[in-house]
Amino acid sequence: MTNYSAVVVEGLRVRRGGPEVVQDVSFAVPTRTVTGLLGPSGCGKTTLMRAIVGVQIVAGGKVTVLGRPAGHPKLRDKIGYATQNPATYGDLTVRESLRYFASVLGAPASDVDRVISEVGLEPEAKQLVGRLSGGQHSRASLAVALLGSPELLVLDEPTVGLDPVLRDELWELFWRLADSGVTLLVSTHVMDEAARCERLLLMREGRLLADDTPAALRTQSGSEDLEQAFLHLIRTSEVVA
Amino acid sequence: MNATITWATARRVLTQLRHDPRTVALMMLVPSLLMLLLRYMFNSEQAFSQAAPALLGVFPFLIMFLITSITTLRERTTATLERLMTMPLGKLDLLFGYAIAFGVLATLQVALAAGISVAWLGLDVEGSMWLLLLIAVLDALLGMALGLFVSAFARTEFQAIQFMPIFVLPQALLCGLFVPRDQMGSVLDWLSNFMPLSYAVEALNQVTSSAEVDGTLVRDLIIVGGCAIVALMLGAATLRRRTP
Repeated sequence: MTNYSAVVVEGLRVRRGGPEVVQDVSFAVPTRTVTGLLGPSGCGKTTLMRAIVGVQIVAGGKVTVLGRPAGHPKLRDKIGYATQNPATYGDLTVRESLRYFASVLGAPASDVDRVISEVGLEPEAKQLVGRLSGGQHSRASLAVALLGSPELLVLDEPTVGLDPVLRDELWELFWRLADSGVTLLVSTHVMDEAARCERLLLMREGRLLADDTPAALRTQSGSEDLEQAFLHLIRTSEVVA
Repeated sequence: MNATITWATARRVLTQLRHDPRTVALMMLVPSLLMLLLRYMFNSEQAFSQAAPALLGVFPFLIMFLITSITTLRERTTATLERLMTMPLGKLDLLFGYAIAFGVLATLQVALAAGISVAWLGLDVEGSMWLLLLIAVLDALLGMALGLFVSAFARTEFQAIQFMPIFVLPQALLCGLFVPRDQMGSVLDWLSNFMPLSYAVEALNQVTSSAEVDGTLVRDLIIVGGCAIVALMLGAATLRRRTP
């Protein structure tokens, strides 16, 4: 199981109303790792994640998730997905909303309290989701992805707008999950978070510029700073193009 | 289909409504208040008795159409629908969940409006009250199914509301509420044959005017129920697991 890839993307192309927003992207995400997906907003990160969870109509290429084609019915209780814009019911309390998603997933009722504490929302459990602050709202949405026992977590910008302490706690949770056998694909634009990933995928204008470990990316560019490493990568890719 | 998920969905929709007591109060009270208004607009028990059965069908149809098209549109635009589509939830689980929750509300709504009309406003129901309730609930479900279907063609709540005059008003005008269908222009009379609300109103008139359950009444019930199922299936077809 160790050398098996949780996600394999081969020659993926996605068109959204004309131009290709994902152009011939190929990579593999090894199981039990935390892989970071980086890139400026509008670079195709979200579209790529949608293709992996199987909700995106693709123009070409192949996406295999946990050994099955993306979107396969058997994958539906194995993938936890948190969208960038929180997707929960604003007119339910945090607990009511989670209870609903838990029944849809067939997850035990005790999961609701577990995920509430994992995302640190105990004080807000009885509040309406719609009345929460932006960061709390996105944690309520992240909690849904943690319900049940997903083998793959696809998290789109899960830490935006969070307090540094909470962000740190969430990353510790991500690592604990990876240690327990879960594969995580997390998009971010915080360099400091990227440095905590085992592997990094860098996207720009629909293309994949890099797929490597943070250490290798630093060595390659001869810079200790990841931000500089990325600048270097982007500049060399522009020269080639 | 999965009964647990369907039931969880119905419970979730009802819980959402519980947090919005104003909407519930409006849904419950508005049809009854309109019946009261009509009773004194006609200012005659007899004239009211003739119009009331049709209205007991039109109100739940209209209200359910509006509520469903907006609620479903909200699910589509807030991405909760997309999230559900990544989960082991069947499209029919979602639709029937909504149908159960809104069906419960529609039943209460119609029961209240019919009860008030019979008890205080002088409506005579010759046939069975249960049958009257059943027709009105079928009607509500039809409105719900149509609302769900059209929500796929609206991007904003403003657009969704504009579908009401297109899908609901012509049916309400031609269903025999204002002018008996056979007295309308022949083209309109012919057109009204294709509108499910016409059959619902015919059935409601039949139940209030006679205790007999004849072939026409059974046919009307089958047509209304059948149209609700067809609209629900069309609605299911508009829920996509994959989107552009």
